Amino acid sequence: MNTYLIILIGCCFACLIRAWLGKSIPDRMVAIDIMGTLAVGLTAILAIITGRSFLIDVALAWIFLSFIGTLALAKYLAHKTLDE
Amino acid sequence: MSWNEIVGMVVIGVGVAFDALGCLGLLRLPDVYNRLQAGTKCVTFGTCGILFGIFIMNGFNSLGIKALLGIPFVLLTSPVGAHALARGAHIFGVKLADKTVVDHYADDRGDKPRL
Repeated sequence: MNTYLIILIGCCFACLIRAWLGKSIPDRMVAIDIMGTLAVGLTAILAIITGRSFLIDVALAWIFLSFIGTLALAKYLAHKTLDE
Repeated sequence: MSWNEIVGMVVIGVGVAFDALGCLGLLRLPDVYNRLQAGTKCVTFGTCGILFGIFIMNGFNSLGIKALLGIPFVLLTSPVGAHALARGAHIFGVKLADKTVVDHYADDRGDKPRL
């Protein structure tokens, strides 16, 4: 179980490397979006390891927060502004 | 270890392997759209695998039911966000990779192709 946690943390660092290298603004946004989905699985595995069931609630909330953030970033990309 | 812990560990292992391969594609592929395709599909299925494995390990208690409830949420929200991000990147004007030969989405929108 700890091996899975270490692999997922490595995946999050890979996303951070992509967000750092970038080359364009949508590259960084894609990396942060995928890191949000990875964090859901990481929090769920952490709930198994520590045995505390409130961490799965954190994962459920994280899904929707990541979704709303991604939609806001996509709207900014399409129209160059957040109010319309 | 009982049988449901062993099966749950195997399913979580499959999910983690999909996550790792998706992040490898995110690092290695040449284009925003290729990276979005590799990352979103693999990471969505991998996260669903992790949550389903946790449901198998725990059964019908509060942790397992919440993990099972997370699967349709991930399946609904992650592809919608990726589709909106790809459309926004295309409107923003990100170039396609060098080996691309056709851009049908620009033809559909009546815009110049991003080649």
